[in-house]
Amino acid sequence: MSERTDYLDLDTKDETFLDATELVLNMGPQHPSTHGVLRVILKLDGEKVLGTECVIGYLHRGVEKIAENRTYAMFNPYVDRMDYVAAVSNGLGYCEAVEKLLSVEAPPRAQYIRVILTELCRIASHQVWLGTHALDIGAITPLFYCFRDREEVLKIFEKYCGARLTTHAFRIGGCIYEAYEGFEQDCKKFCDAFLPKLDEYEELLTTNRIWVERTKGVGILNPEDCIALGVTGPVLRASGVKWDLRKAQPYESYKDFDFMIPTGLHGDTYDRYLVRIEEMRQAARIIRQAVDGLPQGPIMAMVPKVIKPPVGEVYHSIEAPKGELGYFIVSDASTQPYRIRVRPPSFVNLQALDKMVRGLLVADVVAVIGTLDIVLGEVDR
Amino acid sequence: MPEETKGTDPVSPEPSSPAGAPVASGEGAGSGAKASAETSPSSAAPTVPPTSVPAAKAEVPSAAKTAEPAAAAPAADKPATPAKPAVPATGEKPTAPAAAKPAAAKPVPKPEGPKPEPWEAELVTRLRSQYGSGVKEASTYLGQKYLVVDSSIVYEILLRMRQDEMFDYCVDITAVHYPKREAQFDIVYILYSFHHNQRVRVKTQIKDGERLRTVVGIWETANWLEREVFDMFGIEFDGHPDLKRILLPDGWKGYPLRKDYPILQQDQEWVHINLGIESGQ
Amino acid sequence: MIEYIKGYLSTGTTPGEAGNLFWATVYILLVIVGVSVAVLCMNWLERKILAHMQIRLGPMRVGPHGLLQPFADALKLLIKEDIIPHDADKLVFWSAPVVVTMTAFTTFLVVPFGRTHAVTDMNIGVLFMLGVSSLGVLGIIMAGWSSNSHYPLMGSLRSSAQMVSYEIAMGLAIVSAVLMTSLQTGTGTLSMIGIVEAQASQHTWFIFKFFPLGFLAFAVFAIAMVAETNRAPFDLPEAESELVAGFHTEYSGFRWSLFFLAEYSAMLAVSSIAVTLWLGGWMRPFPTWLGGSTWNMAFSFLPALTFFVLAAMCFLGTIRMPKIPQFRIQTIGLGTFGALLGFVGLVLLVPAVSVRVQDIYWFVVKVAFFMYLYIWYRGTFPRYRFDQLMKVGWKVLLPTGLGVLIATALWGLMPQLSAAITGVLQ
Repeated sequence: MSERTDYLDLDTKDETFLDATELVLNMGPQHPSTHGVLRVILKLDGEKVLGTECVIGYLHRGVEKIAENRTYAMFNPYVDRMDYVAAVSNGLGYCEAVEKLLSVEAPPRAQYIRVILTELCRIASHQVWLGTHALDIGAITPLFYCFRDREEVLKIFEKYCGARLTTHAFRIGGCIYEAYEGFEQDCKKFCDAFLPKLDEYEELLTTNRIWVERTKGVGILNPEDCIALGVTGPVLRASGVKWDLRKAQPYESYKDFDFMIPTGLHGDTYDRYLVRIEEMRQAARIIRQAVDGLPQGPIMAMVPKVIKPPVGEVYHSIEAPKGELGYFIVSDASTQPYRIRVRPPSFVNLQALDKMVRGLLVADVVAVIGTLDIVLGEVDR
Repeated sequence: MPEETKGTDPVSPEPSSPAGAPVASGEGAGSGAKASAETSPSSAAPTVPPTSVPAAKAEVPSAAKTAEPAAAAPAADKPATPAKPAVPATGEKPTAPAAAKPAAAKPVPKPEGPKPEPWEAELVTRLRSQYGSGVKEASTYLGQKYLVVDSSIVYEILLRMRQDEMFDYCVDITAVHYPKREAQFDIVYILYSFHHNQRVRVKTQIKDGERLRTVVGIWETANWLEREVFDMFGIEFDGHPDLKRILLPDGWKGYPLRKDYPILQQDQEWVHINLGIESGQ
Repeated sequence: MIEYIKGYLSTGTTPGEAGNLFWATVYILLVIVGVSVAVLCMNWLERKILAHMQIRLGPMRVGPHGLLQPFADALKLLIKEDIIPHDADKLVFWSAPVVVTMTAFTTFLVVPFGRTHAVTDMNIGVLFMLGVSSLGVLGIIMAGWSSNSHYPLMGSLRSSAQMVSYEIAMGLAIVSAVLMTSLQTGTGTLSMIGIVEAQASQHTWFIFKFFPLGFLAFAVFAIAMVAETNRAPFDLPEAESELVAGFHTEYSGFRWSLFFLAEYSAMLAVSSIAVTLWLGGWMRPFPTWLGGSTWNMAFSFLPALTFFVLAAMCFLGTIRMPKIPQFRIQTIGLGTFGALLGFVGLVLLVPAVSVRVQDIYWFVVKVAFFMYLYIWYRGTFPRYRFDQLMKVGWKVLLPTGLGVLIATALWGLMPQLSAAITGVLQ
């Protein structure tokens, strides 16, 4: 660490009590609350954080390299393995990017089904976030509540496509599975049951004194920093930037639905918590509208069996639960993509960690890692 | 580096590219009139850096295209070819003709593949007036705008995009490797402007070993993104505060996302030293 | 021999008072066994109660409803490999859990489970208990330091800072309770038994005395004791999500189980102090309001009744067990356990037994209430951050404790003060 003086706030050293020397604490890759295999090297003065360095890549599987050696359709299941708690969103982004490259559009029914599943997935992803985030801060009970209710989402996924986690629900050009018998009722039932549950989570946390003290004013990111650091998703919105790709550059059928983009005021951990909670409500709202307006018709566009997009390149991004998830695909008119670049929201958001935790305490590092909502499968790809 | 590529190629790129060039220009698939016009001089000969932009883009597909009608012969630039012809050939009977049909039918009567269209906007005019031919191309493809600029002025252009044109959010920085081109790498900066709600890709091309100036000073987010480009492609950025491997372990040899790095390759030595096992391959 | 036992049982003093070394030893053994059993029960109860708060079932596999789980855990911990880190200071590493456990158990010397059910009645009982229990922090620092690792070190530093600062608030609260013993009656005492007897003679539990002062002092103590025992929401020294496991990160197997034992027995010990000082110790509720021999009779059935209810619940569980062969052993086991509980209940009906067990029963019930609170906190609260913990300790609890102490003293001196004032005025 010594050579990286630019990253360390050396001025504080002399002001410390009794001129204590810094402690270098290695957090991870095996640590209960680094959400997988993130390794953070903390430079501490007592418990105060002077600087951090993230070491990532422990889960690197070379997804982008694999893509170059698979056909477009064969690569589709791989994207589920990146952000495995929001596999459906990943699949949506990938399928849409290839569709754009092929200049086809999924039929309306497929689009609605996609929206329903993606929003369900957003709820599921946020529930995992809430549970683990609360667990990091020491509240163990919300975890179980969240996982109980997430189970219902996973059941819908399972009924729809047979898989719970890495769903591979969508295909290039639409959906391959028709909505099963009772799909609409299941979704509605879920929404009806879920909203009171959400209030239950809030009851445990929102006004809890300790929770508020632990999260308010912790890990503040102002809008300028957010934009400079490329932070997206709920983290950006909690800083007060009302930007959501579903509204800014609507994809699928999102322009058909009426929903709000919650934003925060202070950009602290508490605001991020509130924003994500409200996002779950809005997601339920979208699901209801989509289920009500689910059109009839085909679910698959005319896509050749062998997908050979014309030469060209395209960047397409969607609003994944964690932020802007983009796919940059270069085609050379062969059956395999020439290059696929995934723009992972977790990876970019994680970069803000250092800025957020400087000057805070070790306990806050844990809270901030939780609030960034990273999935290491996506960070490392 | 080009020598190595040729060495590992089962199909020699030399004949394929000149043969491919007329095909590409005749069909015009995937590249506009401009591209086809410039394709013929380019070929694979490493002598034409200035025209390399559209030419290089057309080159790779053209190579692939010539290969396809010939019963899925391996794409010129993919070393992992032995596996590929096996798929259509020995694959299930019904799909084989189906696969062959679009492959044969699609390129010929389908010149309808979207073409890049010139992008007319004030932004482009402003940039052109200042940098002249430094802005080599300004096009839209499938509604997505991109600029191709010379590598010498890419930093100024990016700075200008940030400061004057309000492209305040750097979405992504990545690279694409074209081993048979002289300027082997496309560096792609994907920018977004909250103000205009607009996305622009700024592309530039550099040779292997050429260095680019870092944009960390413009967008902080470029820090890790550039590190990843360095990690995966070995492209170095001048002035980067902390340019080292990010996803791969320190001390790893090779840059995996280069096309001459086969998918099964590993740094055997690293695995042996650090994990104490013989590599699985 | 039997005459000797009978003779002792009729004395009505603690063995310490009687100077009876044999009975003191018996009592010490009983306390150690009793506390260990209580920790085992607590282990099972905590897992079950927490699980039910969190819509889970908790342990269900080892024995019916996981009743044998604590034993399985203990066995596992005993036969686990004992790892000592290579760079650890072996002697200190070895002695730390011993120190922690010993101090935790030593505090029980002066805990009065009943009028005669204490090892000894020390006239400085409260002081002794405070002093010994604060030695526990020494063991924690030793553990953290000798592990030669960052997380334990930080955990132990947090722990020491936390325990030292909360001990002050705790002490102030205790002093205000001790003040109450001397007020009105003029017989101030630090003896644990004496404090309970003072409550008996003043016909009130100290939690209700000088309302709200007694209650405030109790609240300060109740918060501080959670911090003192490093439990949620003050479990920073072993904050799992931050410091992995805090000071006992490097410990495994039996040594780790000693820390576990110490933690739970410390919880029991501080709860015992709270019960003794504010909740009337071994006294049954409403001794005067619901007094008289009828009520005494009725209350004396409660211990047996409790066991009968537990037995009934076991039998209910037996009935509800799935009627398949795989569950036969479990069903029989649960039934046997229920029968055992019922038998204990029957024994408790014997008048001679029931009279002597009354005190212990009420004491245990009150302590169990605190234990339940511990579990409840853990299921509900997030964890405080270190600076907030210090803030609560120094800026909230300490001034409150001081204020309560002064107010108690003034209130207690009210008669004298008013007499003096009126005297001056006249």
